[in-house]
Amino acid sequence: MTSEKGRARLAAGAKWSALVILAAAALLFPVVFRNPVITNYGVFALIFVTAASAWNVFSGFSGYISLGQAVFFGSGAYAVGIAARDWHVTGTAVFALLPLAAAVGAAIAVPFGLVALRVRRHTFIVITIAVFFIFQLMAFNFSFTGGSSGLPAPFLAWPAATYNNPFYYIALACAGGIIVLAWLIRRARFGLHLRAIRDDEDRARGLGVRAMRVKLAAFTLSGAVTGLIGGVWFLYLTQVEPQSGFDPLFDLSIVLMAFLGGLGTVAGPVLGALIIEPGQLYLTIRFTNGYYGEILLGAIFLVVVLFVPRGIIPTGGEWIRWLRTRGRSALPVTAPQVPRAGGEDRPPAATEAPAREAQR
Amino acid sequence: MSVLLRTESVHKSFGGVRALDACTIQIDEGTVAGLIGPNGSGKTTLFNVITGYEKADAGEVYLSDRKITNSAPDKVFASGIGRTFQLTRIFPSLTVMENMLVPCRRAHAVARRRAMEQLEFVGIAGYHAASAGTLSYGQRKLLELAYVLVADPAIILLDEPAGGVNLSLVNNIADRIRELNAAGKTFLIVEHNMEFVMGLCDQVTVLDSGTVVATGPPDTIRTDRRVLDAYLGEDIGEAEDDPDPAEGT
Repeated sequence: MTSEKGRARLAAGAKWSALVILAAAALLFPVVFRNPVITNYGVFALIFVTAASAWNVFSGFSGYISLGQAVFFGSGAYAVGIAARDWHVTGTAVFALLPLAAAVGAAIAVPFGLVALRVRRHTFIVITIAVFFIFQLMAFNFSFTGGSSGLPAPFLAWPAATYNNPFYYIALACAGGIIVLAWLIRRARFGLHLRAIRDDEDRARGLGVRAMRVKLAAFTLSGAVTGLIGGVWFLYLTQVEPQSGFDPLFDLSIVLMAFLGGLGTVAGPVLGALIIEPGQLYLTIRFTNGYYGEILLGAIFLVVVLFVPRGIIPTGGEWIRWLRTRGRSALPVTAPQVPRAGGEDRPPAATEAPAREAQR
Repeated sequence: MSVLLRTESVHKSFGGVRALDACTIQIDEGTVAGLIGPNGSGKTTLFNVITGYEKADAGEVYLSDRKITNSAPDKVFASGIGRTFQLTRIFPSLTVMENMLVPCRRAHAVARRRAMEQLEFVGIAGYHAASAGTLSYGQRKLLELAYVLVADPAIILLDEPAGGVNLSLVNNIADRIRELNAAGKTFLIVEHNMEFVMGLCDQVTVLDSGTVVATGPPDTIRTDRRVLDAYLGEDIGEAEDDPDPAEGT
């Protein structure tokens, strides 16, 4: 028992040390790599770490796969652009508009969620896609969005060599914030209820979980963070157009990032984004007139589905557990009156349709 | 003895099939009540209507004197009715302890302590850190009972607690129910295992085609002509030679 405790303490120590080293590396990245081409990779990677983690806080934890996150991303970008244009905000003061991007994301998520979260599974996915296209069409056709030409961001008179650095640190703050938030949520009762909903929503409701309230809160939080990072992305790219702000590939990318790293884990979407986004960006820059980025996405999707359907983090965790526990009995038997798996107790044939079926 | 749970003329149809037809039952506080009937007689539908998983077409459900008809499942649970399912429904990707914490409203440390007490009570405390998905079917039954108990509901509805589990576990579950009942907890149990029902329940209600055909102490129910009809069909000539309906199921 003591050696097990010692091992656990050692593992926790190693985990915290690794986190400190990673945080230090993230902070020092623009200092070590001064080339703007390299820091550009860092900015985009962090933008997608934030977006994928925000998606995961709702979809990964609750099991409701949303393909409409670009609604919040694009709306955040447009909110900053429209506010800067109409309120004549210029220079670094535009960064003060970022909370507005988060507020717009949250404000859209509430009615969106109230409609979409009444249904489940495939129907939910279809509704999120439908809402996404409604927003893209609105961006194309409303005059206040600038139509198909979109909106420019205010000019920032920063030196080209270090232009990326402030964006890098802003994106790092957003990424760090959502990672900590995801970690806290996963440990909290709120996160427990989200994960219970993912396993069996009806059962969770029967144990007092206010499912709609919990789902809507997570959806709104996810929308706010995605809106916020959409605002950062807009200021960094200095423009937004309907097809870039409301991009279906954005949704596919963040979903794939979360799936690759590990759906519902805190580290999974971070790892997935750090693998996929730089790779995709490299192919886009290297082969300017090709679709290698999209081909890479498709290939990764196939590999994930075939070889690591649960993602890298959960699969890696299983391997480590297997290595640690091989040769041991699966569970400590401390209650001899309870028969173990493989005993006589087996589920009976259903004699009446369970409520779960009746709810479908 | 006051009435804790009652249904009044509850009707429920699925398309053209009438699952509950003017179903009226009442459960006294502090008792263990049984609900039996042939397959398709409406037992689980009645559970679903009481706990908000199905909406009643007509009729009322009361807990104490409070009307809870067609309340949402979370509200029914908050009002003091806990239930288990015929086919166990746990949260397989959560650990056993996390399963226990889902219904808890107390502060974290208090909730964990209470959850561990309940796990010890049903005999699976040793598995608290294990993933619930790795438990055997019988252990899942105990976990389901434990996480309903942790919220301390006024009445617990058990849907076939002995279904699909071996004899030693059936006895374990029966012992737990007796202990809890001795401490004042009220139970309503749907079960096909007649030995289990007759040995445990103070009162048994028999459903047939969604209607209550008999209510009374186990000894009375065992020989009731209408019960034999319901289990064995119209021709009860042979059934009268064999008064135990359990042997007919």
